Amino acid sequence: MLKFLFTVIRRDVLLAGRRRGDWLTAQFFFVMVVSMFPLGIGPEPGMLRTIGPGVVWVAALLASLLSLDRLFADDYRDGTLEQMLLSPSPIALLTLGKAIAHWIINGIPLLLIAPLLGIQFNLPAEALWMLVLSLAIGTPILSLLGSIGAALTLGLRGGGALVTLLIMPLYVPALIFGAGAVEGVLSGTGSEAHLSLLGAFLMMSLLLAPWVSAMALRVSVE
Amino acid sequence: MNLYHYASPSTFYPLAGKLIPWFAALAFLLAIAGLYISFFVAPTDFQQGEGYRIIFIHVPAAWMSMFIYVVMAFWSAIGLAWNTRLSFVMARALAPTGAMFTFVALWTGAFWGKPMWGAWWVWDARLTSELILLFLYVGVMALQAAIDDPRRADRAGALLNLVGVINVPIIYFSVKWWNTLHQGSSVSLTRAPSMAQTMLWGMLIMALAAWMYTIAVALARARTLVLERERQTEWVRAQLEGQP
Amino acid sequence: MIWNSWQVFWAMGGYGLYVWGSFGVTLLCVVAEVGLLRRHRLQVWRRLKRMKSWDIQ
Repeated sequence: MLKFLFTVIRRDVLLAGRRRGDWLTAQFFFVMVVSMFPLGIGPEPGMLRTIGPGVVWVAALLASLLSLDRLFADDYRDGTLEQMLLSPSPIALLTLGKAIAHWIINGIPLLLIAPLLGIQFNLPAEALWMLVLSLAIGTPILSLLGSIGAALTLGLRGGGALVTLLIMPLYVPALIFGAGAVEGVLSGTGSEAHLSLLGAFLMMSLLLAPWVSAMALRVSVE
Repeated sequence: MNLYHYASPSTFYPLAGKLIPWFAALAFLLAIAGLYISFFVAPTDFQQGEGYRIIFIHVPAAWMSMFIYVVMAFWSAIGLAWNTRLSFVMARALAPTGAMFTFVALWTGAFWGKPMWGAWWVWDARLTSELILLFLYVGVMALQAAIDDPRRADRAGALLNLVGVINVPIIYFSVKWWNTLHQGSSVSLTRAPSMAQTMLWGMLIMALAAWMYTIAVALARARTLVLERERQTEWVRAQLEGQP
Repeated sequence: MIWNSWQVFWAMGGYGLYVWGSFGVTLLCVVAEVGLLRRHRLQVWRRLKRMKSWDIQ
């Protein structure tokens, strides 16, 4: 069972490594969206510090959504997915592996870039640390919930925009708790409560999302 | 009683046709009674003047918007568990009406907020969750519209619906939490403690009217969906001889 | 009766725009929904009838 999971993850990470252009697009999208905000709002440091956590978090949501529509689509097009669905291993493990791979490919780089962007927004050191921590707990949620959307819209016209429409409202709690944790550091009200709620949401997504997206895959492929 | 008998489209179609006028008439009468209470019986509010009369549609619309989403999830779950086509049709028929009530709740919330808060839109916990509920409705409807195969559209929509219904309480809680942290407005749209008895009655009767309306409209929409899907069958061909 | 005249009724104590704006749009939504539903039903009906007549020919 675990072996199957690791195979799925390894395969996806390897495939992404061969197609570095696609992968870089999502990362640069993240950087660019965040950099647009000071240009649109103005360089006033106090204002930037207030909106910083929220902007980085919203950009993380968008970057994660951008890369989602290819989660199952490539395997679906060349027929690999159908073979995988026929294999005796549970489909929930396949979707879990895909979501973890998506997080490794797209989530972890965001964690590394986020502090740099935080500096641009004038965030102090503790807030930067909290930003990375909240993204570390939060981005797996984005990948897990996103896998449901990717499975539901598999092979549809305009799948990318549709995924955004379906999944964005479901991201709301992650956004509120994640950006709120950084906000808590900035305002001095503490962020433990935010982090534990974010953690609880992660646990719930981890338990439910792979099953739901497995069901969604079966609906979409059959 | 055999439930499967009523779950068959050919029984449902004429039965729904017979029920719709009754529900529509009930909705109409209840709406008249509710409007009479809201404008002629309920006294003027000493704090908000006549402006508070908006709650007689705002609160029932907000109730219905949430209730319909849960009912949709119920039909979706039944459909996924027992594979009954009619349950999916019901879930699908409810979505536009639910979205309509969500829109009405938002619109009336804005029209209530302008005189009371001085702004058309305030990021109040209730209004914000209602907005996200509208997004959820739009998501389900967009997904179903994007899929051509009705079998897949039904199931995909039902799954998304179920994920949504698990998420709604979490979203509501998180928005409320966010709102209290950012010093939300102290005035709330529904004021349970000071509410007069007649106001409560007015809201309940309006909510009942909205409920009956929803049943009538959803049944009518389900009938059309059934007609489209069963067009190859004998009974639909026989139906087409009559009047629409 | 709590209203002295129709004028007072329509003015709603200065909240006329907001009260009638809310009730009016709600009515509009209901009418539009019922109207669209009826139109769609007639369209489906006509289409199915046409398809049936083709089958017979």
